[in-house]
Amino acid sequence: MTVETTVRRPSRLRFPDRPVAGRAGASFKPEHLPEIDTDPSFHGFFEVHAENYMGAGGPPHAALVAIRQRFPVSLHGVTMSIGGPEPLDRTHLARFATLVDRYEPALVSEHLAWSTHEDVFFSDLLPLPYTRQTLDHVCAHVSQVQDAIGRPILMENPATYVFFPQSTYAETDFIREMAQRTGCGLLLDVNNVFVSATNHGFGALDYLMDFPLDLVGEIHLAGHDEQADDEGRPLLIDTHDRAVADPVWALYDTVIRQCGPIPTLVEWDNDVPDWSVLRDEANAAQRILDLHADRYLLGKRHAAVS
Amino acid sequence: MPRSPEPAANAGTGFAAGFAASLLDPGRATPPIVSTTTGGRADRRYAVYRNNVTTSLADALADIFPAVRRLVGDAFFSGMAIAFARAHPPRSRLLFQYGHDFPAFVASFEPARDLPYLADVASIERAWLDAFHAADADPLPPQVLGTIPPDDLPAVVFHPHPALRILRSPYAAFSICTANRDGREPDAPIRGDVAEDTLVTRPGLIVSMRRLPPGTAAFLLALVGGSSFGAAIGTGFADTEEFAPAEAIRIMLNAGAFVAVGASRDRPSE
Amino acid sequence: MSTKIALSAAYLAGVVATALTTGAITTGAAQAQEKEKCYGVSMAGKNDCAAGPGTTCAGTSKVDYQGNAWTYVAKGTCTTVSLPENRMGSLEPLQRDLPS
Repeated sequence: MTVETTVRRPSRLRFPDRPVAGRAGASFKPEHLPEIDTDPSFHGFFEVHAENYMGAGGPPHAALVAIRQRFPVSLHGVTMSIGGPEPLDRTHLARFATLVDRYEPALVSEHLAWSTHEDVFFSDLLPLPYTRQTLDHVCAHVSQVQDAIGRPILMENPATYVFFPQSTYAETDFIREMAQRTGCGLLLDVNNVFVSATNHGFGALDYLMDFPLDLVGEIHLAGHDEQADDEGRPLLIDTHDRAVADPVWALYDTVIRQCGPIPTLVEWDNDVPDWSVLRDEANAAQRILDLHADRYLLGKRHAAVS
Repeated sequence: MPRSPEPAANAGTGFAAGFAASLLDPGRATPPIVSTTTGGRADRRYAVYRNNVTTSLADALADIFPAVRRLVGDAFFSGMAIAFARAHPPRSRLLFQYGHDFPAFVASFEPARDLPYLADVASIERAWLDAFHAADADPLPPQVLGTIPPDDLPAVVFHPHPALRILRSPYAAFSICTANRDGREPDAPIRGDVAEDTLVTRPGLIVSMRRLPPGTAAFLLALVGGSSFGAAIGTGFADTEEFAPAEAIRIMLNAGAFVAVGASRDRPSE
Repeated sequence: MSTKIALSAAYLAGVVATALTTGAITTGAAQAQEKEKCYGVSMAGKNDCAAGPGTTCAGTSKVDYQGNAWTYVAKGTCTTVSLPENRMGSLEPLQRDLPS
């Protein structure tokens, strides 16, 4: 999947064209801006939650302009409610499109989840059963978003805690068909894979083998918490409040070894640490990207020569 | 003809209603549509979502109303915020717009009845966040007012800055609010039963809050409501004979309360 | 002071002249120059895509807020606010039932 932004009217050329290929990034937190401003050692990208920049003006936009001038930006929507049965909110869709137009993000993504029902916003990424009918709704919604913004989006696999017995698709099959039908790309959250695999008793590597990795345009990494379910088995919670766990790093290494340097984002949303801690976590991902970028290019070159 | 939804149809569209029904009501059982892969109980699993919804809303309120939270303490605030979230879940999916009806809820929250100023403090904090996200606009340059011919002055009208908010309280809501928003220990004690009016503006990127002198809130509210300059001055004096119009004008210009002045609201001229 | 005086053009012109010449008038636009100092602050009311910690938090518990069952007593800085009749604002559990 490619996102072509080569032709731009001069009036829209307000930000430098910052490429995101092969880079690792971090969640953007405005309180980090003074440290980011004086940190010459970070060359990655930043991801923002679109909703936090849907106000009319003020400091949030000033901060995002400052970040967008220096770094590639990924626009990550969290409340579109694509996975819900109700029609998308046109007002919200319009403000999302306005942000895409205004900031020209390198990456645009949303979630395979829902959060609004009958006008109540639940402020959480809620799960859906995987059936023919929900697939139809999701595909219609993804297409509607892509039509509104004029470019493909990346859809993120969820971290889930419950199972719907009425599901008739495996999550990977559902995601593959969604991508085939809509032309969307995928945001592979490796922590979500590990969390869901643990919670539902499947193998994370098996999931990745079934996942359409060739469509992945971005990877997410994050930390999780461990609780227990009703039967005392481990129940992992996607808390984004700590460093990435070792098994998640191992899975990530496997994916990058297989797929090459996919832009990778370290999320940290609760108990946000100092910028240097978050930066070091992103730089750890960058080292894995760089390591396999070399092998990947060499491998390709050898393949082309032979 | 009454519809009797089949299970398959329910799986397609009814799951959200079934899943959502118990999210904000801990008295309701885990929805039967969720389970585990081995068919086991999913109470603790579903509780993760229940917890996420409630605590994310309560945390958003704690962010938006830090002075209210400090005044009542974390435990009380958490209880009050959860009660509010369950009774008034957000209708906007933008969390920075949440809690516009929180001040009214606080005013009617019986356990807080001995803190009659609390709702007005909440109103100021909500106005602060409105101003924070309001559209950017350059304030009216003060000298513009001096260029208007005296005969035209009584009839001119002012165009409010998008961030402008004016809050009147029979309590010392401004002093109580500002003393509890900056982290330092409040100067004790604050006399609570002194009426205070608050002006919230954001001329640049910094939200500014000021306590208004007598009559100034009535004067500014009249201007915001579309009254002419002359009529608004009259409203200020009608509010109190202590109204000092020159000082009120100086405050509104310094604070960046308005963006333009003109002969009518339709055609602003600067 | 009467409304009739307030409405006079000469009076208004005098008030404006006084406002513009007495004390410091600073344009709010100058504040825009200070932006570097002020936009690097944490946002209130953020949308996140993370789950909250744990499953045993307040979000899952049913707390009865009615009447005597209310056990929370405000323990914040409200004690620094004085009101008439010696009410200092600290809260006591209610002694009667409340409407729901």
